[in-house]
Amino acid sequence: MTNLWADIKNTDLVIIMGGNAAEAHPCGFKWVTEAKHYRKVKLIVVDPRFTRSAAMSDLFVQIRPGTDIAFLGGVIKYLVENDKIQKEYVANYTNASYIIRGDFKFEDGLFSGYDEAKRDYDRATWDYELGDDGFVKSDPTLQDPRCVYQLMKTHYARYTPEMVERITGAPKDKFLEVCKLIAETSAVDKVMTSMYALGWTQHSKGSQNIRTMAMIQLLLGNIGVSGGGMNALRGHSNIQGLTDIGLMSDLIPGYLTLARDREPDYATYMKTRGFKPLRPGQTSYWQNYDKFYVSFAKAMWGDAATKENDWAYDWLPKLDVAYDVLRAFELMHQGKMTGYFCQGFNPLLSFPNRRKLQTALEKLKFLVVMDPLATETSEYWQNYGEHNDVDPAKIQTEVFRLPTTVFAEENGSLVNSGRWLQWHFKGAEPPGEALPDIDIMARLFIRLRDLYRKEGGAFPDPFVNLTWNYEDPLSPKPEELARELNGKALADVVDPKDPTKMILRKGTQLSGFGELRNDGTTMSGCWLYTGSWTEAGNQMARRDNSDPGGLGLTPKWAWSWPANRRIMYNRASCDVNGKPFNPAKKQVWWDGERWTGYDVPDFVVTSKPEAGAGPFIMNPEGSARLFTRGLLRDGPFPEHYEPFEAPVANALHPKVGPNPVARVFKGDLEVFGKPQDFPHVATTYRLTEHFHFWTKHVQINAVLQPQEFVEIGEELAKEKGISGGDMVEVRSNRGRIKAVAVVTKRIKALTIDGKKIHTVGVPLHWGFTGATRKGFGANRLTPYVGDANTDTPEFKAFLVDVKKLGQATV
Amino acid sequence: MGAVTVSRRGLFKLTGAAVGASTLTALGFSPAAAQAAVRAFKLERTTETRNTCPYCSVGCGVIMYSMGDGAKNVKGKIIHIEGDPDHPTNRGTLCPKGAALIDFINSKTRLLYPQHRAPGAKEWTRITWDQAIDKIARLMKDDRDKNFIAKNADGQTVNRWISTGFLAASATSNETAWATYKVVRSLGMVVFDNQARV
Repeated sequence: MTNLWADIKNTDLVIIMGGNAAEAHPCGFKWVTEAKHYRKVKLIVVDPRFTRSAAMSDLFVQIRPGTDIAFLGGVIKYLVENDKIQKEYVANYTNASYIIRGDFKFEDGLFSGYDEAKRDYDRATWDYELGDDGFVKSDPTLQDPRCVYQLMKTHYARYTPEMVERITGAPKDKFLEVCKLIAETSAVDKVMTSMYALGWTQHSKGSQNIRTMAMIQLLLGNIGVSGGGMNALRGHSNIQGLTDIGLMSDLIPGYLTLARDREPDYATYMKTRGFKPLRPGQTSYWQNYDKFYVSFAKAMWGDAATKENDWAYDWLPKLDVAYDVLRAFELMHQGKMTGYFCQGFNPLLSFPNRRKLQTALEKLKFLVVMDPLATETSEYWQNYGEHNDVDPAKIQTEVFRLPTTVFAEENGSLVNSGRWLQWHFKGAEPPGEALPDIDIMARLFIRLRDLYRKEGGAFPDPFVNLTWNYEDPLSPKPEELARELNGKALADVVDPKDPTKMILRKGTQLSGFGELRNDGTTMSGCWLYTGSWTEAGNQMARRDNSDPGGLGLTPKWAWSWPANRRIMYNRASCDVNGKPFNPAKKQVWWDGERWTGYDVPDFVVTSKPEAGAGPFIMNPEGSARLFTRGLLRDGPFPEHYEPFEAPVANALHPKVGPNPVARVFKGDLEVFGKPQDFPHVATTYRLTEHFHFWTKHVQINAVLQPQEFVEIGEELAKEKGISGGDMVEVRSNRGRIKAVAVVTKRIKALTIDGKKIHTVGVPLHWGFTGATRKGFGANRLTPYVGDANTDTPEFKAFLVDVKKLGQATV
Repeated sequence: MGAVTVSRRGLFKLTGAAVGASTLTALGFSPAAAQAAVRAFKLERTTETRNTCPYCSVGCGVIMYSMGDGAKNVKGKIIHIEGDPDHPTNRGTLCPKGAALIDFINSKTRLLYPQHRAPGAKEWTRITWDQAIDKIARLMKDDRDKNFIAKNADGQTVNRWISTGFLAASATSNETAWATYKVVRSLGMVVFDNQARV
């Protein structure tokens, strides 16, 4: 979230699209209810199903799964052509006025530079035109035909209300009603909030779904503003934290990136990470990258990381390609992997194409599962009849299952969607011999380090030199690890301008990332978390819920990254002179001498408004990007591409159907289904009563939703002779499930490009372990393809067929 | 709350007694008899511990009530969990998942001991932590020593290990994440991912 949960109460319009907060985030959705009740704001829900969020809405529009960009592209066209934009904001705080290279093009569904053989673009032309001074050229009037604003206008001119209806199935008049409501928030004192989740990410163009709404929010001046923002609801309790700390193939904590093969030394690595400002007077805060990197290396290796050895540059692996989970299982499937660890993760149910996952796991030499619960992944080798029909004798994998603690049995911090780091406390001992994950990792580390010290082996240096100076090396305390993440001074740090002035004494916990150094005198595991555990103690455990300003910011409750800032980009809530656009909802402002306010200003506090620095300080431009240059693989403007399994051709450019650069592995392409065999669109989702595959182990929730079901519209049910309660089979080109049919009014048939299309709803919670009845699981159906940028699997739009199996038995 | 300052615990005691008395009065007992008959509330003897819900990322505050005084031979047990009324996001409320957290802690399918399944076996075998860590460390080292890639085909130093992978969780703490990151990355592992996508 750019904003925070309680801030939703300050909005003037809520749009929930790509999520279903009322069911998946019920206690957060209460802030929508609050806004509706006290401030009479409207709620728009756009979704393939009439969800419980929709039941609370003032305006619901059903669309076909996988057509969000077509809908939102139509909104952009409406806003631009009806002049419903926040002009001061767009002209000054976005790259609308910047001039784009003359050789950038978009034709017949493809941007310039496409290489069909590689399924990739050469993105060189997707960039700004630079002047002789090295800065981007701009036309503040937004009239130059090569400026971003004009190119955007041309790009979305094709997204007429008629085209929106043809692709999405949303009636033109309903679509225009949505446009009108959204357009009202272009007023300087009106704001809309966008709430989304995996309904947008789980598509082969997931990143671009989100980008399209981000563009709308920028055109309306709704980013950085209380009650506004792009609010990713996030699926799991600490997926924000796990990502912040870089537990992904290509990351270093704090969104730094692992080096590539072609970057042989630190100097080369830093060459592309200099972040030289692209416009005069800009902050370009990533210019501090080297301070974050060096402080991280010092946290990993202490005295062993020196300037002379390039801060242990070669001790981190280099990447040739990103090894996301889909690639991992592809490699496993090819027999190229020996071992795999699953820490609190149940991939056998979580990733697409169960058959492929099962075959892949069978090729492993060893599998280690660390989990509090008996997951399906840990028992993939066990026969569970039709729900897991395997022969254990034929599966040669050695499997370990290690019991871990749950939240109630440990101290530590989780990061919620609003970027709050909240500390929690242990309230009970774990059952049996269960151990905290930290202890398991520590025991493995110590044992392996002993082996490397004794036997030697492949490149042991980074491992045997890893800093592990905890009081009990076999059981580091969460508090010790949290202090390490925050960082401290490793030597006395003096003011570079006046060496007689001591800034930090050796050993001091740092109070903010502004104190980090690139000379090895500071360390910090994750620069973004600097300030979370200072000399004043654990800031994440703070419990003062006072709310100066009344916006719900509660700045002394827990701690929020970055720098305890509650609303990101908040400088953009003020005009160019530093005065709040909406004085009734003041967040930060220029008081004549400095930036101040109820929130921590997202700006250099002494930077005078007349100096002209832009509010998006992380970008070298200082402005937000309506045109993303080459930063996304599939285009600088979002374009509607069909899902990989679609019931119709792409109405905008029939020759380019799905995302032309999304990665498809050999063998997966062959099992995409065709509409003549699988005529219905399906989408997966969660229920209010269940959380993924955990709560089927929880007695109460297992009673509330005991059995696997699918949702089918009344019209399709009638066509197939299916009544509510009948057993049905849902089949894709990869597998089939048997489930109870819920016949519903909540999913209507849509007319898409003149063709009647039904949508089938497939909730995802059942497997073969736990307290519910056994189920087959939605991922037997889903396709093995991901978003072109993040490789998030396309769970939200695929093709199936439905067949009645038998009468209701209950 | 006006001028009177009452701690949450104190307030609970006051209202608890008042509700007990008035309910019994409504049932026809006289106040004097009622006060003699009301049992002490179970929650009064518990310890309150603050935590946050481990499911979605709204991050609702919860209060866990546990029995046991922390003495050496006493095993604390959580007997009740409810929303934290002071929490600025959920303000005391919980959803159907959060409200059932007690059953997650006490789930019948919670794992209690390290287990091992030999190749081709039909059953689990219980093993000790030491046995588990020994075997896993050996498997890891053998694979790493055999398949570690120090240089790529072009002779560039890459120092990566791709034949063993690690899937990190979505609900472990930042502190677990950091300990995990340190171990996994210093081994050169790059087949490393979390649950952000699903």
